Amino acid sequence: MNNPRAQLPARLDVGRILIYAVLILGALISVIPFLYMLLTSLKTYGSVVVDNFWPWPPFGTEAFQWSNYPLAIETIGMDKNWHIPLFFRYLMNSVIMSGVIVVGTVVTSILAAYTFAYIDIPGKNFFFILVLATLMIPNDLTLVPKVVMVYNFKWYNTYQALTLPFLVSVFGIFLMRQFFMQIPRDLYDAARIDGASHLRYLASVVVPISQPAVMTVALLNFIWSLDNFRWPLLVTRDENMRVLAVGLQQFWVGDGSTQTQLLMAFASMIVVPVLIFYFFTQKNFTEGIAKTGIKG
Amino acid sequence: MQQKTNSTPQSNKKRLGDILLGYAFLAPALVLLVVFEFYPLFLGLYISMCNWRTSCRAFIGAENYIRAFTDPEMWHSLLVTATYSLVSVPVQLGLGLVVAYLLFQKIKGMEWFRMMFFMPYITTTVATAAIWAYLFSPDKGPINKLLGVFGIPGQRWLGETRGIFDLMLSGLGISLPEGLGGPNLALVSLIIYTTWVFVGYDVVIFLAGLVNIPKELYDAAKVDGANGWNIFRHITLPLLSPTTFFLTLITVIGTFKAFNHIYVMTQGGPGNATTTASIFIFQQLVTYNRYGYSAAISFIVFIIILLLTILQNKVAGERVVYE
Repeated sequence: MNNPRAQLPARLDVGRILIYAVLILGALISVIPFLYMLLTSLKTYGSVVVDNFWPWPPFGTEAFQWSNYPLAIETIGMDKNWHIPLFFRYLMNSVIMSGVIVVGTVVTSILAAYTFAYIDIPGKNFFFILVLATLMIPNDLTLVPKVVMVYNFKWYNTYQALTLPFLVSVFGIFLMRQFFMQIPRDLYDAARIDGASHLRYLASVVVPISQPAVMTVALLNFIWSLDNFRWPLLVTRDENMRVLAVGLQQFWVGDGSTQTQLLMAFASMIVVPVLIFYFFTQKNFTEGIAKTGIKG
Repeated sequence: MQQKTNSTPQSNKKRLGDILLGYAFLAPALVLLVVFEFYPLFLGLYISMCNWRTSCRAFIGAENYIRAFTDPEMWHSLLVTATYSLVSVPVQLGLGLVVAYLLFQKIKGMEWFRMMFFMPYITTTVATAAIWAYLFSPDKGPINKLLGVFGIPGQRWLGETRGIFDLMLSGLGISLPEGLGGPNLALVSLIIYTTWVFVGYDVVIFLAGLVNIPKELYDAAKVDGANGWNIFRHITLPLLSPTTFFLTLITVIGTFKAFNHIYVMTQGGPGNATTTASIFIFQQLVTYNRYGYSAAISFIVFIIILLLTILQNKVAGERVVYE
């Protein structure tokens, strides 16, 4: 290390340490609110009120309040029809809503994208521009008329209202179409010469090859639909029709407004599964976002 | 697309079958788009010209629009939206660019960092907003406690209507004339939350843009003796401009649409300090049942976004460098 030439890399290292320091600080800011949520969800009411950061051993005498979780579920309330905790109804409604939306968007996207990529139909360009044009129509603009439609269709407070308006995703159609068009044309020609029908080619070649794109469309639509809040708030009335996001907000303005530890327990029960899910699928998310750049 | 067609009756029949199949494949997506996008667009325009109570009680033409233009509350909501947008867009994109550029420097564990930065974007808004509302709580809230360590007095955050410059300078005993106090702290708190959520998203997009810049350009600049800052300023920034342009566009649109976190964290308050246009539209609809009025304001905001987009295209379009 006495070699004077070693000084140059050493100086560069200071710069790199600085870079790492900034990145680690940023990562901490990203992660700490989640940790704070988890910590708070395990505290007693008293420790939350005085904001005792670590009331557990070795600095404190409290035990981890795992009972906050069942207590939160109990405090949220019971579904009077089914005699199960409302939390599970919220969960069920969210799963139904997101599940139907994911399956629906994947199916409609694949079918439409296949036509745009492979089948020559009169007016194809017109239809493509029509699909493109819907990107210009912001959700907010059609909020009031959509609420009116829900009333008129007698869909208020039903699963139809929660799902049907979201079964098509322009983002999904684009991503799939892009993906389909990258599949070598030779495959298509060969299959067609062998007499394979479009349906057969779609099912046995296109869909299996396009699995990464299918995953991306499914995952992103899952996360976005789970984030739906304003729409379910507007079109559902009964407690047992609420989705998790609405249920959490209602708890927040109700019992949760003072019982922060229970509110954080409720939030954790939504956030932790989503994060675990994300850890296992994160490549699909970031790549899908980077490729299409569409914001939810 | 030209295709060789031997017009035997059989191949014609097959071709017709293909066309029908094509329409059948397109039908679900198109029907849904027409019913839930195009039809509501026209229905909304119609509703905005009505005195609407479950149906059009009276066709009143432009009355809702005239009322909106003379409603100081509407103008206030547009001002709040503009402030929210003007502050959060540069902060968000600036931070996103810095982090992306740092991550681009062959960082070990790059994927781990990216994953952590992306966590806030992926999680449910209402849940993360609840966490931040708690972090922001006045008196002995966690952030106030942290500030206390540095000797900074506790703030009321989401409940504070005073401007941030006013708050900073009043600590030094300087009082600012009205109108120069800067954006109110409640709005700034919302912007801090939004930044936390979206920086990770911006990082991912910026990284995708950075990867596309040819490596030879960097090498050439280094051979010519350019330093880090010069490389960033004269190579990275110009060549990244299509990405920056794209991100600016969707972030501006995003700030105009922002609703969920504002609604659950402040409900537009205190008073109307954080009542953005989207919150105002919602209040008119839900609290006052003014369907026509609410629809009219939606159209006004849409026109504004459209004009801004066109303007941005014109101004920035000339400066964007495409390879």
